[in-house]
Amino acid sequence: MTVTTNGKVGGGRVTNRLLDLVPAAPGPQSRKDFASDQEVRWCPGCGDYAILSTVQGFLPELGVARENIVFISGIGCSSRFPYYLQTYGMHSIHGRAPAIATGLATSRPDLSVWVITGDGDSLSIGGNHLLHALRRNVNIKILMFNNRIYGLTKGQYSPTSEIGKITKSTPHGSLDRPYNPTSLTLGAEATFVARSVDSDRQHLTSVLRAAAEHPGAAFVEIFQNCNIFNDGAFDTMKDRDTRDDVTLRLQHGQPLAFGADGSKAIRRGADGSLEVGAAGDAGVLVHDAHAVDPSQQFALSRLTGDTHGVTPIGVFRDVDVPSYDEELNAQIDRAKQRQGDGNLMSLVAGKETWTIS
Amino acid sequence: MSEQVREQARERETRRLDRVVVRFAGDSGDGMQLTGEQFTSETATFGNDLSTLPDFPAEIRAPAGSPAGVSGFQLHFSDHDILTPGDAPDVLVAMNPAALKAYLKDLPPGADLIVNTDAFTGGNLKKAGYTADPLTDGTVDKFRVHKVPLTSMTINAVNAADGVAGAVNKKEAERAKNMFALGLMSWLYHRPTTGTEEFLRQKFAKRPEIAEANVAAFRAGFNYGETTESFSVTYEVAPARMKAGTYRRISGNLALSYGLVAAGELTGLPVFLGSYPITPASDILHELSKHKQFGVRTFQAEDEIAGIGAALGASFGGSLGVTTTSGPGVALKSETIGLAVSLELPLVIVDIQRGGPSTGLPTKTEQSDLMQAMFGRNGEAPVPIIAPRSPSDCFDAAIEAARIATKYRTPVFILSDGYLANGSEPWLLPTRDQLPEIPIQLTTEPNHDDDFWPYLRDPQTLARPWAVPGTKGLEHRIGGLEKADGSGTISYDANNHDQMVRLRQAKIDGIAADIPPLEVDDASGSARVLVLGWGSTYGPIAAAVRRVRAKGLQVAQAHLRHLNPFPANTGEVLRSYDRVLVPEMNLGQLRTLVRAEFLVDAIGYNQVRGLPFKAAELAGVLEDVINQ
Ligand SMILES: Cc1ncc(C[n+]2csc(CCOP(=O)(O)OP(=O)(O)O)c2C)c(N)n1
Ligand code: SF4
Ligand SMILES: [Mg+2]
Repeated sequence: MTVTTNGKVGGGRVTNRLLDLVPAAPGPQSRKDFASDQEVRWCPGCGDYAILSTVQGFLPELGVARENIVFISGIGCSSRFPYYLQTYGMHSIHGRAPAIATGLATSRPDLSVWVITGDGDSLSIGGNHLLHALRRNVNIKILMFNNRIYGLTKGQYSPTSEIGKITKSTPHGSLDRPYNPTSLTLGAEATFVARSVDSDRQHLTSVLRAAAEHPGAAFVEIFQNCNIFNDGAFDTMKDRDTRDDVTLRLQHGQPLAFGADGSKAIRRGADGSLEVGAAGDAGVLVHDAHAVDPSQQFALSRLTGDTHGVTPIGVFRDVDVPSYDEELNAQIDRAKQRQGDGNLMSLVAGKETWTIS
Repeated sequence: MSEQVREQARERETRRLDRVVVRFAGDSGDGMQLTGEQFTSETATFGNDLSTLPDFPAEIRAPAGSPAGVSGFQLHFSDHDILTPGDAPDVLVAMNPAALKAYLKDLPPGADLIVNTDAFTGGNLKKAGYTADPLTDGTVDKFRVHKVPLTSMTINAVNAADGVAGAVNKKEAERAKNMFALGLMSWLYHRPTTGTEEFLRQKFAKRPEIAEANVAAFRAGFNYGETTESFSVTYEVAPARMKAGTYRRISGNLALSYGLVAAGELTGLPVFLGSYPITPASDILHELSKHKQFGVRTFQAEDEIAGIGAALGASFGGSLGVTTTSGPGVALKSETIGLAVSLELPLVIVDIQRGGPSTGLPTKTEQSDLMQAMFGRNGEAPVPIIAPRSPSDCFDAAIEAARIATKYRTPVFILSDGYLANGSEPWLLPTRDQLPEIPIQLTTEPNHDDDFWPYLRDPQTLARPWAVPGTKGLEHRIGGLEKADGSGTISYDANNHDQMVRLRQAKIDGIAADIPPLEVDDASGSARVLVLGWGSTYGPIAAAVRRVRAKGLQVAQAHLRHLNPFPANTGEVLRSYDRVLVPEMNLGQLRTLVRAEFLVDAIGYNQVRGLPFKAAELAGVLEDVINQ
């Protein structure tokens, strides 16, 4: 296996070998080109608005023909997303969007296929499909809006809710231990795993760009505020006064330093796990998103505000391996080269026939 | 051949038969399926009409020597056209006591019973559940028993063969005993043998010594027949007079696979199969995965939900989406089928029915998913249903399903079953120009001024336009939420929903005008009883009808290929008979549907024994109903 760094094209169109199969936009596009005529119906103040706006702002940069972009979603507040984009779209059923997108992406290499999902949609009912789409490395970009709650069904706890969460279905506090979506997806052999925050347009745009540039399955967790049922879940990461001290911005090739004054850093502790130390310490780690071995990326995914006082955002992992769809299509091309286009009637007749006159 | 042998051969009587049913039975490790397949191949080459019925255990390696681990293969062949694999064997080849135990009850008195005496050891008898040796305690007195030390004679033959002795070990030599049995049966029924020798040499091309061991065993079995005195008669079944043309032998699952490849070519759409392995449907996934040169994409998904999801996603992108499964898988796919109904996208859903409920009888046949296909979804979610009637008919059924799915933008069910899937028959090969063209009209232009309305229907078919991603200017969103009639935007309007539910139903109902009327076989025109069937019961019902008519009784037969919607004349046909009998391998699912739909007081004849109906038994039932 060869692992290459994805070539980033400064300022211009996002590209990779799979995206090159998608027809380019005939001319420059603007955010307006991607807004549909549907009235947006999320609650006022919902984090989904900010994500929509950032995605609409980013799509022109993707530089592909609008009609070759498809957004497929499951069910949930977040999954209404495709209705608001002037691309092809499907609002499917709960949890199954990665499966549907797999069929579309593998049969149509000329499309840029995106999946929009929620924490319940992708990690509860659709957990299986998420893991398998990622391990297969199907060329789809999965944006998971994590508000740590079931929004659409009015506020039950989700698989990412913290233990003890009081909700309508858990008046005495929730009992189940939550998933860490980045750990989970890294464990599922995902080739691209990233995290961002709904309100940080610049950061989210950079993560979307990296996901688009990745030739294969990309999983992006987006912390999203549900101001109705789980308001303020990510406030410390958003508040101007606190955010720099609790957020580690991952950058490939850069030391893992953070803090308002850059004074804190990540190093390896005696037991091999990661811990927070001072920037000047010996052994401060450098982030390697392209490392084939996911150990350090996984260790980074274990850092959380609750356990370490810091949450990483940015690209955890980005390695280039052949995608499922290009391999499947290559098998078809090889079969055609070797055997020529299939001849139906000789297939049907087979090897053993007899004739009666 | 020595003078003496020749003498015997001349003395031996050769009896002409018009049809024969043989069954090979042994442990699942004994190679009985291969033996049966090869005997069938010889029989096809000889020119008989034929029909086969394999019967295998659900466990891959059930305890060796136990009745649960018995694998059987039945073949019915004849000098005229036949419709079923036969009710009861005329000859049973039992390779061990368990095979005898499992199948002796099927054997009519006077039938030939060939047993491998080497396998009748104390241990094997015990494993089979015999307390005494059935070969000596009177159990088999009613049959013409041929005791053959098959295993030891095989080993001797292999050891005596040139260049084989020493090259294969004892176990490998012993394994060839199924070919000894095949050789003996080939002799008994005057089958051509060169094909089998060629087959063995090809199959074991990488290990020529194994090939030669098998050929030696095969010849030894044949020669044993010539020399033994156990058989006083041999049998001849003359070639059948069949329609002129080129034939092959085909099983239902293979025919269905080829039908799907053909549907791809006829529609001009790439086939995408999303599937999860399940008996008895997996062979379609296996088969289609071989045919990449036809642009067929196969995707083994993580579960049935993902299988159909991927197929639907591919349909959205302009492929012919297909998913293959059995009843338990259909249960998992239900929600996605509902989505496909709402999205109004083409999709072919293949259900190879097996015994249910739950895991049920995975390797046995049943017709009990009709109601599931018809109604097994939330909401009003009509789906057309097509049921093939014979193994080769699975080819046409697949093409017809693709035609309806693409023309009406709808999921379509094909209800095959384990019997059709694994059974085989000769198939008069169609020519390319006998296959229907299936033109597909993808939408490429706005259809509502400058807009594209994804739910603006064709007034004739009520189908909605199919505009696939990549089509400039037609960007649109579809989903499972109710859509406004025409524009397709989300709509919660009460009247609109009522209208859309009725439109979706009307679209499916309208297909009745686009399918052939129900044909009735009522030669005399004076029958008062109609027997109505669907799917794989065609053969046994038609065979029973022949028997009844041969006795001078009148009966009409009709067989449904389309179960939703029913052909337009179905009610009229049913109402024109005094009595309607509906035999089914379920507890009366079609009967319930025709009663509800046509207010006809149909009578059921129902069995769920995991096996196809027997013609004789159905004939008896028919006579009873006629004479009532
Ligand atoms: C099969 C099925 N089960 C349950 C539901 C009800 N349901 C709709 S959305 C949802 C949870 C959504 O939570 P999440 O994925 O986190 O999305 P959010 O609304 O928070 O964006 C549930 C349980 C459904 N639509 N379908
Ligand atoms: S319920 Fe929460 S997630 Fe859903 S729209 Fe309202 S604020 Fe957004
Ligand atoms: Mg949520």
